[in-house]
Amino acid sequence: MVKYIVKRVLYSALILLIVSMLLYLLIRLLPMNYVEQKFLHSSLQGTIDEEELYRIKKLYGLEDDSFLGICRGYWGWLSAMFRGDMGTSFLYDRPVTEVISEHMWVSFGIALAAYILQFAIAIPLGIKAATRQYGALDYATTVLAMIGISFPSFFIAILLIKVFAVDLGWFPVNGLQDVTVNWAGDPVGLFFNQLWHIVLPMLAITIVSIGGLMRHARTNTLEVLNQDYIRTARAKGLSEHAVIYKHVFRNTMVPIVTMMAGIVPSLFGGMMILEQVFALPGIGQIAYRALTLGDIPFIMGYNMFIALLTVIGTLLSDITYMIVDPRIKITK
Amino acid sequence: MEEFTEEITERGPNAPQLPEEEPETPEAAQESIADRTRILSPAHLVLKRFFRSKLSIVGLCMFIFLLLFSFLGPLFVPWGESEVDRTGGQPVLNIFEVQAQDENGEWYTVYLIENYTPETNIHAGAFTYSKPYEDSDGTMQPARLHLLGTDENGYDIFVRLMYGGRLSLILSFLVVVIYTVIGVILGGLAGYFGKWVDMIIMRIVDILNCIPSLPILLILGAIYDGAQLDLAFRIYFMLGFLALLSWTGVARLVRGQILFLREQEYIVAAEALGMSPMRKIFHHLVPNVMPQLIVSMTLGLGSIILYEATLSFLGLGVAPDMASWGQMVQRATQNTSILNYYPMDWLPAGIMIILAVLSFNFIGDGLRDALDPKMKR
Repeated sequence: MVKYIVKRVLYSALILLIVSMLLYLLIRLLPMNYVEQKFLHSSLQGTIDEEELYRIKKLYGLEDDSFLGICRGYWGWLSAMFRGDMGTSFLYDRPVTEVISEHMWVSFGIALAAYILQFAIAIPLGIKAATRQYGALDYATTVLAMIGISFPSFFIAILLIKVFAVDLGWFPVNGLQDVTVNWAGDPVGLFFNQLWHIVLPMLAITIVSIGGLMRHARTNTLEVLNQDYIRTARAKGLSEHAVIYKHVFRNTMVPIVTMMAGIVPSLFGGMMILEQVFALPGIGQIAYRALTLGDIPFIMGYNMFIALLTVIGTLLSDITYMIVDPRIKITK
Repeated sequence: MEEFTEEITERGPNAPQLPEEEPETPEAAQESIADRTRILSPAHLVLKRFFRSKLSIVGLCMFIFLLLFSFLGPLFVPWGESEVDRTGGQPVLNIFEVQAQDENGEWYTVYLIENYTPETNIHAGAFTYSKPYEDSDGTMQPARLHLLGTDENGYDIFVRLMYGGRLSLILSFLVVVIYTVIGVILGGLAGYFGKWVDMIIMRIVDILNCIPSLPILLILGAIYDGAQLDLAFRIYFMLGFLALLSWTGVARLVRGQILFLREQEYIVAAEALGMSPMRKIFHHLVPNVMPQLIVSMTLGLGSIILYEATLSFLGLGVAPDMASWGQMVQRATQNTSILNYYPMDWLPAGIMIILAVLSFNFIGDGLRDALDPKMKR
């Protein structure tokens, strides 16, 4: 087991290295680099000359756009990375790690709340639907789940805003807290204000992703229900309640627990689209701005952060799979 | 695959008459049994199971409706895709809501109402007509109907829905076919040859899985814009790259199945017959993966439509004069007065997206149940 994990970790390191190379190459191919964009206005007006521009580019390490220059830039990024330095964001003027860790928790809070809501609704409903297969409840949940996954996330977001924020006025239109109020010295009030602000984003996430989870729970339950040991449990004379909630439920949880490990990236990675519609200062929106402006250190930092989370998520879900299901053997 | 036989058990007056006299030869006896049984091929059984589910029928009907709507529909409507209604029109009300406070601290809501008549017939209501006008060569053009009204550019919304559907359906089919073909080829090679081929292909899969696709597409979109290429072609470029990023799921599926099937007896037999690897992979292994592939393709179609919408939302979709559902919905996020006062501009497009994705999901789900070999009837 330990040997297997070590092997996987080494592979992951290699994969991350190649991913970082590809990313860096792509980013440097962007038509306008950060300095050119920032000084576009001044250079069009002629208030900044070529020499000055070149000097600034050199400061940012962007002066050489040839392949060799890109390689040198990548090497600089990589060696700094090994020294534990993710660089300083051009756009936000602060270390990348600091920006990420500051905005990550906004996204994390919303995603966590949404996941708790999802699991709390989807798993019981999925199991209920499976035990009454082809019943009214089964059809209703199937149809609702499918409608949920068919929504483009920004469309459900604007619908929610239109109905609940604009027309009914129950929730704020966007933002994370009321900016007109001074929250210093009132952390409890701030907390509840923020909670009130994230209700709509949370609902939007839940609606678009609950369907997948519910179908997953249903399919797994159906599979477990067809197993021999369930028939045995019934033959022993156990009550249907005991069969479902002891035998079926615990076995249904096996794939779902492994799936939980797989959601790590989406917990921390932010939601680029929804955060924009709701104007939330989460990591997704910060990254979107950085992406559109060519902020190389931040784009690299953010994307590598996501890639790392993905690797950790897959590894974790494989390991939990082996732990919760002892029948799984490691073959390679 | 085994063949299922099903006996027709009909009772009542219409039941086939059993032969009165004793059959003279054994062949005749067999014939009469053959008359009373119907051999159902696996494909028949799948179809039967598929049509038994109400949801898959609903999905299929929705899909056929969308196909007719977007491909035949444009033949019967009076407007073109990017034809602007220039006949001027009804006065347009622009309402701005402003909160103001007087010196006593009392809050007021002030509505600024702007009333003007533009050159183009923008934001026309549903079921309104354009004005008849005289053409440049002197012929009178009749008034033409805007079934769902016009948007803020004077385009007919109903007609744009049709053209948008055309784009979405064509694009999603293209992308799904491309990435499925790539996935089948690479997954097939990896699963069949194993060793270093498998090693390399699966590492590429791992790498692509780690790359977050949305940021990459954003970067690619910026690169495309920087190269000053034709905007009308950008959506094909973006979705082409999306296809290059999304074949990994198919490759994994095919590889896993082939690893399992490779150990089956009939492949050993094929080996003994001296078949070439290509023939074994693509004639004997891949057809057995087809059921799962068809399901994943159907479900994939919906996700590509969603991707197109998302790209439009990020400003990386079609050119402004081209119609696309995603772009129509996106307007509402850009302009709050459209969101608040002109639901016709964006709501129908959003509903079309949902209908399309929903129909693919229903069909895919129905197919999955129908193709499941564990279901016997």
